[in-house]
Amino acid sequence: MTTLLEIEDVSLLYGRIKALHGISLTVDEGEIVALIGANGAGKSTTMRAVSGIRPVAGGKIWFNGEDITKLRADLRVRRGLCQAPEGRGIFPGMTVLENLDIGAYTRRDRAGVARDLARVLELFPRLAERRKQAGGTLSGGEQQMLAVGRALMSQPKLLLLDEPSMGLAPMLIQQIFSIITEINEQGTTILLVEQNAQQALARAHRAYVLETGRIVKEGTGADLLHDPSVKEAYLGVA
Amino acid sequence: MTSVREWIDSGRHAVSERWHNGPRWMRWAVIAAVIVFFYALPNREFYQWLGPIPTTGSNFGQVLFTISIYVLLAVGLNIVVGFAGLLDLGYFGFFAVGAYTVAVFTSPSSDLKTLWPWLLALPLAIVLTMISGVMLGTPTLRLRGDYLAIVTLGFAEMIRVAATSSAFLKGQRGFNQIPHPPGSYSDGKPIFGVLDPRPYYWLVLTLIILVVIGVRNLNRSRVGRAWISIREDEDAAQLMGVPTFKFKLWAFASGAAIGGLAGALFAGKQNFVSSQNLELLNSIIILAAVILGGSGNIVGAIVGGGLVAYLIERFRGIEFFGIELYEYRFMLFGVVLVVMMIFRPQGLIPNRRRAAEFKDRRKEVIVGG
Repeated sequence: MTTLLEIEDVSLLYGRIKALHGISLTVDEGEIVALIGANGAGKSTTMRAVSGIRPVAGGKIWFNGEDITKLRADLRVRRGLCQAPEGRGIFPGMTVLENLDIGAYTRRDRAGVARDLARVLELFPRLAERRKQAGGTLSGGEQQMLAVGRALMSQPKLLLLDEPSMGLAPMLIQQIFSIITEINEQGTTILLVEQNAQQALARAHRAYVLETGRIVKEGTGADLLHDPSVKEAYLGVA
Repeated sequence: MTSVREWIDSGRHAVSERWHNGPRWMRWAVIAAVIVFFYALPNREFYQWLGPIPTTGSNFGQVLFTISIYVLLAVGLNIVVGFAGLLDLGYFGFFAVGAYTVAVFTSPSSDLKTLWPWLLALPLAIVLTMISGVMLGTPTLRLRGDYLAIVTLGFAEMIRVAATSSAFLKGQRGFNQIPHPPGSYSDGKPIFGVLDPRPYYWLVLTLIILVVIGVRNLNRSRVGRAWISIREDEDAAQLMGVPTFKFKLWAFASGAAIGGLAGALFAGKQNFVSSQNLELLNSIIILAAVILGGSGNIVGAIVGGGLVAYLIERFRGIEFFGIELYEYRFMLFGVVLVVMMIFRPQGLIPNRRRAAEFKDRRKEVIVGG
């Protein structure tokens, strides 16, 4: 299996506060990798470093064999790395279709875009129903679906999902996670940040546990799911 | 109160529905009629039938010229503020760059003594203004919101101070004898003279139509979609692969070019450019006009720019219980703005998307962008 993403000793600053203290992790092609951890552990910050929204203070990021540490965020999308942002980041004034259309902004192959649009609308029938509705008027669950669908429209090799279950009802969480698995089975590699450790670990091939800007544990999803200290800290089981 | 608003709203909806669902030829006919109306407007034979609409305190043709310049500026600023969502408080600075470029290259009082004709200086004015837009934008467009507003405000002030105190730019004495645009009637008299303001108005009106066609096409292209995405959520736009910085710079440069065009036209009409033309207030008025009209909507910007410039002039010469209304024009204008921001923050003729954006972040602070 080839390594798609490799993060080596990445640190990141917010002003003078160090948010990441030398994080290293890898994502192999075809995997679902989860980052779990408490609030403020640095999960979303790691995502921002990978997608390029925040510059890193040190370390290296490789994607598909290329050093992308200094590459602009929008160019990373062209390389096949796309993030569905935390808090969904839906364009409120654009319709569902227009949102999806912006997702394909970097692409010129119209036929491929049309195919992917059909695929996204099939994955999320709810979005098909609301295609003409403004993004800002969708419910939280629908916005989450739109954020994932929009990211898929860029035809990513690696899909970054930041808290896809945030603020959703339990039934919707189930639904979103099964769609994530389905997307992965169709061939997209996924790096996932989650507070809902239970679901994330159950779905992920491998996972990393973050604490105050450091990786403190790693292993397969199943291993961590049964790890006593993880259980205690993140799964709410004594 | 509510019922009146509902009544107005329902009326507006009916009109807008009719407009959008009506046949194409009907829309074109209405647009053509509006354009013909505005071409006919400065003729006394026409406007004398319009009752209180023409201004009484000053030459109506001259007022129309001023209004048309404001409309052009509003259309330009609308690209920056309305489309790309960048709060620019120093837009008038670009107008100054355009006007001064023409002045420096054409006026006999300029140290350069190039004495170019107006038409030769016009493209240079537009290009230099665009360059100044890029120069201002390159370091500042990495800033957001309030920071950008302050830096742009500083830019306009810098231009004003430079114009006031630099010997090369002549301060308050200014540049005189700036040539008029070229062209003469069959009897040899120049079209663009000193006495008749109407040809200038027609020239600006024609340019407004051309600029609007260009801006509309730009806004409907990939560029336009990128602008909307930046305005609505810059981070998300970048995460979707939109080169946000490049497109913000684009918006800045195209807005600046239009501002420079307006400045060059003004210089060609006025003959004279000095630092007294460069008040900060002008930047604010144009911004207010765009927001009042409906930021992000070209028709809104036109209506806003026209209405604001017209009302300011309309107050001239009107006395109300012995008070000269013109003296209080900005106070009245301020009151109107406050009322608008409370009852209709999206502007008179809002952009469909912006209305949804306002709903989405009603709790956030509302400033231009």
